[in-house]
Amino acid sequence: MDLSAINPILFFASLMVAATPIILAGIGELVVERAGVLNLGVEGMMILGAVCGFIVAVNTGSAWLGFLGAALGGALLALLFGVLTQCLLSNQVATGLALTLFGLGLSALMGQGYIGIKGPVFADWHIPILGDIPVLGPIMFQQDPMVYIALLIVLGTGLFLNRTRAGLILRAVGENHDAAHQLGYKVIRVRLMALAFGGACAGLGGAYLSLVRVPQWTEGMTAGAGWIALAIVVFAGWKPWRLLLGAYLFGGVTVLQLNLQAAGVAIPVEYLSMSPYLATIVVLVIMSAGRAPGSLGRIFHASH
Amino acid sequence: MSALLKIDGLTKAYPAVIANNNISFDIQQGEIHALLGENGAGKSTLVKAIYGLVKPDTGIMHLNDAPFAPAEPRVARSAGVAMVFQHFSLFDALSVAENIALGMERPPPQHKIAQQVRVVSNRYGLPLDPDRIVGDLSAGERQRVEIIRCLLQDPKLLIMDEPTSVLTPQEVGILFKTLRKLSQEGTAILYISHKLEEIRELCETATILRGGEVVATCDPRTTSAGEMAEMMVGRVLHVPERAAGDVGPVVLSLKNMSAPAPNAFGTALSDITFDVKAGEILGIGGVAGNGQDELVAALSGEVTVPAGMIQLKHDDIGRLGVNARRKMGLLAAPEERMGHAAAPDMSLTENALMTGLARKRLSHRGFLRWPAARAFAKDVIQAFDVRTPGPANMARSLSGGNLQKFVIGREILQAPDVFVVNQPTWGVDASAAAAIRQALLDLTAKGAAVVCISQDLDELMEISDRFCALNGGQLSEPVAAQGLSVEQIGLMLGGAQQMDDAHV
Repeated sequence: MDLSAINPILFFASLMVAATPIILAGIGELVVERAGVLNLGVEGMMILGAVCGFIVAVNTGSAWLGFLGAALGGALLALLFGVLTQCLLSNQVATGLALTLFGLGLSALMGQGYIGIKGPVFADWHIPILGDIPVLGPIMFQQDPMVYIALLIVLGTGLFLNRTRAGLILRAVGENHDAAHQLGYKVIRVRLMALAFGGACAGLGGAYLSLVRVPQWTEGMTAGAGWIALAIVVFAGWKPWRLLLGAYLFGGVTVLQLNLQAAGVAIPVEYLSMSPYLATIVVLVIMSAGRAPGSLGRIFHASH
Repeated sequence: MSALLKIDGLTKAYPAVIANNNISFDIQQGEIHALLGENGAGKSTLVKAIYGLVKPDTGIMHLNDAPFAPAEPRVARSAGVAMVFQHFSLFDALSVAENIALGMERPPPQHKIAQQVRVVSNRYGLPLDPDRIVGDLSAGERQRVEIIRCLLQDPKLLIMDEPTSVLTPQEVGILFKTLRKLSQEGTAILYISHKLEEIRELCETATILRGGEVVATCDPRTTSAGEMAEMMVGRVLHVPERAAGDVGPVVLSLKNMSAPAPNAFGTALSDITFDVKAGEILGIGGVAGNGQDELVAALSGEVTVPAGMIQLKHDDIGRLGVNARRKMGLLAAPEERMGHAAAPDMSLTENALMTGLARKRLSHRGFLRWPAARAFAKDVIQAFDVRTPGPANMARSLSGGNLQKFVIGREILQAPDVFVVNQPTWGVDASAAAAIRQALLDLTAKGAAVVCISQDLDELMEISDRFCALNGGQLSEPVAAQGLSVEQIGLMLGGAQQMDDAHV
């Protein structure tokens, strides 16, 4: 085994890439859960985003349009969940699980003609000046644009939740939907908007896999990324900056174990493959101190 | 001068019941107007219609001579109607300032709200720190948050739904001073309560509802509490009687019992010591959130405590769980009837089974004895006059008072040696409350000991032999209940510190 084969700059650069889909899906789900809805369909929305993004990108030749299509696909699937759980009052857990299965099946159907094709190139973005800084430059400022967009979304979400009135209303709806209703806020409308945002983010995360990370379409290619995003939201205590930390940790261990596999470490591959999940959950459980939104997962019915 | 709010022929029907039937009355400017009635008399529906939460079927309202039909609370708020809810519409995880911002139409930035909160709270003698998290506040402080939220919007009409049910006597005093000051400044107050003495002290006019209709209007300053109660209930009320029973040996004894807080918003119990003798009722007063739930949990066995802290007759039961304690004769009825004392979506028979299993022998070799369980549930229904078609009905279908009679009756019919009950008559109408208190007194007459935790001081004074107060997880020394004055009780409840910085 040869650990010197692991290049630290390359390691950190690919860590950011590996974390990006989790960040995107996680921040969407975080907003949804802060609004009091538990959507377990993240995996389904991600994979649908992955296939939608890939199809649009291949047909238009533009990866950017692909991402747009992925966001739309994810949001539509999330709104389906929204109508079922918020308007028709179905059980959120069961509906979320069904959404995942539905998304997996639908994406496999949609993507049948696209297996083995290469998508358009999504070029890295060498930021002038900053990108030329030694060590730091290649790690942080020579990534593809989606890495920065994901970070901007996290930053924007943090500011939105804690600094704006709309964010306050969203948190209030998630904390106590009966009280919010009593004060005259539209609980269902707020939740549908949060769900659409969450779906769009999950879709972007999925498309990042099919357009940047892999980059091609394979059935079931999200491989549990949606579930890990869900777990990170909980263990991050519903706080955006901790979600970022959890996602980077996960990305870091993922890349590390791939490097270790390549370096031929004498640990069975199965253990290495499960290590990112274990490490992320262990660390976040240890530092966990968050409190769930008061109305999370509860059915809201405006009774008089 | 014309009335501030004129209500004319307001009717609201729900599928099973007419909540409001042709209600008409006026509220004058600056008037403190009481709305009286038992549970289910239609008070809540009426105020929800005024606040825009419920749309009446027929009838019109005028506010300052302009037609007033709010489609939603925003409209009512911008027209100058504000409301303080009975179950506070607050968000535990948010700060005071954030909670207040949520209740305003066009709130200024957070730091300005904080400043306004300080100004208004000093002006009306309601001290409050805008940066605190609401989950950490006492019930009285939570109410201040709601009141200040209303006052910041300069209301013409302030609706208060059962505002004093969770307050200490001192806090009630502060609240009344605030309300009188508001009324002098021209704000009308619609005050909903079923505490008659308070209404006599505070209000100028009272509208009394029964069965969804206005049955009387009176001046509470010149009408006696008894007369108003009869108008409310429609018949003469039965006052619980105490049968002279002998006080026996100590049956339950707590020695320096401590327990950590169960969660972030809970209260830790520290050094609780008391004895209860057979045949007596120990009343424990205190404002909600001072450790009542934790004390009940520690007594019932939901939370176990180290050995040596709780003794039942001759046995050390601190380490035993709920069912073991039940078998030994210690039964408990928690405060929250729906979801804690009873499972809402299970039948009354099933609910009877759940606590009666051991003492009523409702199972045999692991199999349930359904006929015996049904018979037990029927006994409870009959003995405690629970209004329900039968034991097969879901607990959820019962009204609050009926379910409360059921969950208390279920324990009493198991002939406990010690019965711990929390808020036995919370949210229960006057006649059901009287029946429950009578049942507690009857139980002690048969030689059981009762620990009654309540926030209703009148209730505790009526039934308890000895009284002590729970404050911040600590229990005061029990004293004889007879002859205690309201001031003494207030001091025991620890309202004194909050009084110092409250000046109107």
